[in-house]
Amino acid sequence: MASSPPRIRRYAPWTPYAFMAPFLLIFLTFVGFPAVMGLWISLHDWDYMLEAKPFVGFDNYLVLFDSSSAAFEMFWNGMRATGIFTVASVPFLVAIPLALAVLLNRRFKGRTFFRAVFFMPYVLGVAVVGLLFRFILDPNIGIVNGLTGWSIPWITAQPWAWISLVAMTVWWTLGFNTVIYIAGLQDIPTELYDAAKVDGASAWQQFRHVTLPGMRMVMIFVVTITVLASANMFGQADLVTNGGPGDSTRTALMVFLDEGLGAFRMGSAAAMSYLLAVVLGLVSIINVLAMRERRRPKWRS
Amino acid sequence: MNATHPPLNTLSRRRFLTATGMIGAGAVLSACGGGSNAPGAQPESGGGGASGYDGPDVELAFWNGFTGGDGPVMQKLVDTFNAEHPNITVKMTVMEWADYYAKIPSAVSSGNGPDVGIMHLDSVPTNAARNVIVPLDDVADALGLQKSDFAEIVWDAGVYEGQRFGIPLDVHPLGFFYNKTVMESAGLDPENPPMDHDSYMAALEQLKSAGIEGHWMSPHPFTGGQTLQSLIWQFGGQLFSDDGTEATWHEEPGVKALTWMVDAIKTGYSPTDVGQDADAIALQNGKTAFNWNGIWHINTLKEVPNLDWGVAPLPNIGGEQAAWAGSHNFVLPKQRTPDENRLTAARVFINWVSQQSLAWAEGGQVPARNSVRESAEFEALPEQSTLAEQVDYLRFPPPIPGIDDAFADFDQALNEAVLLTKEPAQALSDAAERANKKLEENRKKYGE
Repeated sequence: MASSPPRIRRYAPWTPYAFMAPFLLIFLTFVGFPAVMGLWISLHDWDYMLEAKPFVGFDNYLVLFDSSSAAFEMFWNGMRATGIFTVASVPFLVAIPLALAVLLNRRFKGRTFFRAVFFMPYVLGVAVVGLLFRFILDPNIGIVNGLTGWSIPWITAQPWAWISLVAMTVWWTLGFNTVIYIAGLQDIPTELYDAAKVDGASAWQQFRHVTLPGMRMVMIFVVTITVLASANMFGQADLVTNGGPGDSTRTALMVFLDEGLGAFRMGSAAAMSYLLAVVLGLVSIINVLAMRERRRPKWRS
Repeated sequence: MNATHPPLNTLSRRRFLTATGMIGAGAVLSACGGGSNAPGAQPESGGGGASGYDGPDVELAFWNGFTGGDGPVMQKLVDTFNAEHPNITVKMTVMEWADYYAKIPSAVSSGNGPDVGIMHLDSVPTNAARNVIVPLDDVADALGLQKSDFAEIVWDAGVYEGQRFGIPLDVHPLGFFYNKTVMESAGLDPENPPMDHDSYMAALEQLKSAGIEGHWMSPHPFTGGQTLQSLIWQFGGQLFSDDGTEATWHEEPGVKALTWMVDAIKTGYSPTDVGQDADAIALQNGKTAFNWNGIWHINTLKEVPNLDWGVAPLPNIGGEQAAWAGSHNFVLPKQRTPDENRLTAARVFINWVSQQSLAWAEGGQVPARNSVRESAEFEALPEQSTLAEQVDYLRFPPPIPGIDDAFADFDQALNEAVLLTKEPAQALSDAAERANKKLEENRKKYGE
């Protein structure tokens, strides 16, 4: 009678799968299947209205590296625009909400009001924000130049167009990251701050050695989704600058849309999207690797 | 016309079954047996709509992009049609043109395409080549429509590979709008706007000395792109070679046209960095005197209180009369399972509206039909009939599939030059090079 009592199974073996099934179904329908289908499309000269969808192998990908092709300049200009916007907007979208979150996490009168105020622009749709800024920033009839007496070409010349797009995006979306940060701040045990104070840490030292390390996972999350959101920028440039001046703010997504649903070269558009997806995947991996905890050396798992 | 309108309005009209409708419903059972067409086959039914429709009740979906002041006018026509045809109910759905053109092919391929649609003339060949729409020669025959009934260029442009795919409803040309108050304040005769190169330049100079930038040059397709196209034709040029294989906008006339626009900015007749719609708003606000804008702008300006404005055909700047125009055409989207009754009813609807194009003109369009355009009733619409004078020298792009793809490059050249980031000649030839590659790819794709 030395054997252990038989294990009592409290659930059927398929229970976890049953719980996951609804999501899995949605995932496969709206992500899994389209992703595989997109890969298939990218290997063809694909227009869904035409009978002939000739198989072209990797041609759709290769032309993106052939500077004499029609797609080359369009695609890389789009990638460059997306890159510029991402690099210019992510630091602000990571840093400003963090500062705001620290402020809004303090106790003061009207805190809830200010939290709401900073979050409020985020609930507006991109069409509302875009149209609003198009008229606010219009160089000749806009209210900004009208009130200040400046004649700054906010949306029709570089670098102003980028400055405007980044600034309006920061104003519009910083509430979201702020909320995530506030939730993260509330998870840091107050004992750590108490201990730091006992050790004589200044406010900056508390921020640097308690707040930031405590927020590491939140930061990884925020940076990753902010990079992805910025790389998917579309509506602002479409509505405010319409890709201009020239094609300097025509982002990758605008190029894909024109190629796939404007010119109906869906194979080419799919190939472009996959290339962007690969780049974003790499960026995300680098981001996680760079920000993960360094205390534990890699070789000691 | 632009992104200021909500993306989707469903203007539906509820109609009660009338007694005749009930009788019609009884006929459903007897009509059921016939009309088993193979998918893809496109029956020509009901004598092209001229002999009317006496089948069972049908509901027709009618899609278009009339999001502006033209939407309610079309809805009124649809309502009248529904009242006059108890066994046909047309349900109109309005959406942004850009959404419409992206949506209609997928709706057609999934078998949910509308029964009737509207397309711009330059989109007809593309959609014909992509099997989105079907030929309607029979409707043209039944309507007794002939080349001589229409402005020739409009009529010819609806044909792709020997078959007719569009029944012209209207033409909407660019016009020359002017603010009379501003002209007067600069000492110009508001009843006598400048109509040729020399007087136009003199007027701009006079406005400048009065401190007014007289003609704002837009770097955007609306209205800069349409202005530039008009100017290129005026200077004797073409946008494309006749067979549509090559862009020719970078040749001498194109460079002259774009240079004229850029020089207007450099000379101080126009501010730099004009935003989307800013040129039109400046005219309404009395900040500028002249604006070349589409005919649809008539209704917008009419709604501005205390604005004293006029409209004329485009001034002849380049030496040859020419003006940009678009044209709305009726099309029949392909049905996966064609239904004889609906196809007949759709033709009856097109036939009927085509004869009502005077009512449509009140929406701010020029009727495509000569008889309506030359009628006394149309003459009584002063603004529209003024712009209709241009109908003999309007131009359209060559009817080849995918031609619209090239305009993205054309618009970019305009944008770069008018925003002073590239020299006109350089901008135009760079754009032509890019466009030629696309045109070549399209030839391969559409198998020409």
